[in-house]
Amino acid sequence: MRPQGRRVTDSPTGRIEITDLGIAFGVNDRIVEAVQRFTLMTTPGEFVALLGPSGCGKTTVLNAVAGFVHPTAGSVVVDGEPVAEPGADRGMVFQQHSLFPWKTVLGNVEFGLKMRGVGKMARTSQARTYLNLVGLDGFEHAYPGELSGGMQQRVGIARVLVNRPHVMLMDEPFGALDAQTRLTMQELLLGVWREVRTTVLFVTHDIDEALFLADRVAVMTARPGQIRDLVTVKLARPRAAEVIATPEFMALKARVFAQVREESARALGPRP
Amino acid sequence: MDVAPKGETAPRADAPAARAFALPRLADWRRPARRVASIGLFFVAWHVATTRHLDLYVRFQNIPAPALVLEEAIELFGGVDFYVHILASLERIWLGFAIATALGIGLGLLIGWFRFAADTLFPLIELLRPIPAVAWVPLSIMLWPTERSSIVFITSLGAFFPIVLNTIHGVEGIDRQLVRAATSLGAGRAAIFREVVIPGALPSIVTGLSVGMGVSWLCLISAEMISGQFGVGYFTWVAYGIVKYARIVVGMLVIGVLGMLSSALIRLIGVRCMPWLARR
Repeated sequence: MRPQGRRVTDSPTGRIEITDLGIAFGVNDRIVEAVQRFTLMTTPGEFVALLGPSGCGKTTVLNAVAGFVHPTAGSVVVDGEPVAEPGADRGMVFQQHSLFPWKTVLGNVEFGLKMRGVGKMARTSQARTYLNLVGLDGFEHAYPGELSGGMQQRVGIARVLVNRPHVMLMDEPFGALDAQTRLTMQELLLGVWREVRTTVLFVTHDIDEALFLADRVAVMTARPGQIRDLVTVKLARPRAAEVIATPEFMALKARVFAQVREESARALGPRP
Repeated sequence: MDVAPKGETAPRADAPAARAFALPRLADWRRPARRVASIGLFFVAWHVATTRHLDLYVRFQNIPAPALVLEEAIELFGGVDFYVHILASLERIWLGFAIATALGIGLGLLIGWFRFAADTLFPLIELLRPIPAVAWVPLSIMLWPTERSSIVFITSLGAFFPIVLNTIHGVEGIDRQLVRAATSLGAGRAAIFREVVIPGALPSIVTGLSVGMGVSWLCLISAEMISGQFGVGYFTWVAYGIVKYARIVVGMLVIGVLGMLSSALIRLIGVRCMPWLARR
């Protein structure tokens, strides 16, 4: 058994419409604008990366789509519904340490199904399907503390996908992994995404990662975060790691690199 | 399917286990041997001090020697009366501790998670907490109809505060990211409380139970010495009054052993409730 791919044609869910989004936080009597006039639309089943220097507000955008934070201006609409609170249709994969340490791998993946009231037998069988998809057969009864960082992130992905979300939100999910594991995980993610087609909003500060994975890369400005450039990545799929050595990739990278560098410098402030 | 990558599938948890095996095998028997030797040395020192009637500012003239204590213990355990005292104490500990556990965990979870409960209950707890349980004895005798219920109250009071505080601490220490993760997987308020808050606070709760068990023995024995007519505390105090010095020490050692066993029981329950910590 393998999960039915959500084909774009029969079930067009996963349309994100972020319009003029503004989010401000109060920090020590000061108001900090994390995001300002941020606008982004995705089509169902699209893979979009948010790329920018640290502190540019890209995670804040993701949190707004998840429903963890509320906009101070503008709107976030997913499949016609304004986002009001977190929900299983917008599952989040965090950077690290987000599995429930007291639940086994199987218990973690079953969590969303249990919340929906799916019976024990059905949820075990579905959870196993997704564990198989991320290559974790045989680790069902391990606890997260017994797994490597990469394996934990795979559980995190399976745990979100088992809910068949309209949107999968990923907040630098491979940022805490070593370079070799990160590469393996990126390929794994593309393989899984081919099987379970869902819209992915992927936050990263790694240019290679963004270009390798995404259909479109939104390059963000320094805080308050806005979109500076929206780069369409026309590299053929399925993509293998070798693609990063192609002239096409290099050209895209050069274009994005110059922009990210400029924004990083701005984020650090004027140099002496 | 080609999505399962090879090469990074070895669980990291294997590493500490491998390190443990790398230690010399000697360590396997050395540690328990050291523990037994430490207790043995204590008895030897006790024997020497009492049989030689040492007077080193601390006077051992009237202190019974281990042999006398053993003799007394054999006699006591041969009869029925001593068991009545032990059972009375055990019943009070069990009742008092059970009540403290139920109230302490229950209120601690509420105070830790709900602001309303924190505002209404926590100041009161902070006001009453510094009062030693023994200071409650006179009031407790007036409050409760029977000696048994008043001693159970004192015992319970002693265990309650460490349990409730550690539970609150455990809830407050829960990683907010886990709560976010749960909500983005479809968990509602009740599910978050059940699936995240309670298990997340559990390690700290077990710490509270361990500390609470120690304090409840302390309070039980104090209360029995002051106001009891039964119990190991009462027995030990009365032995002093009737100049049966060996009995005092038997009473003390029984308290020590029972206290140690009840702490071990709590630890065992803790390990059973939290398999994810044991396997690390």
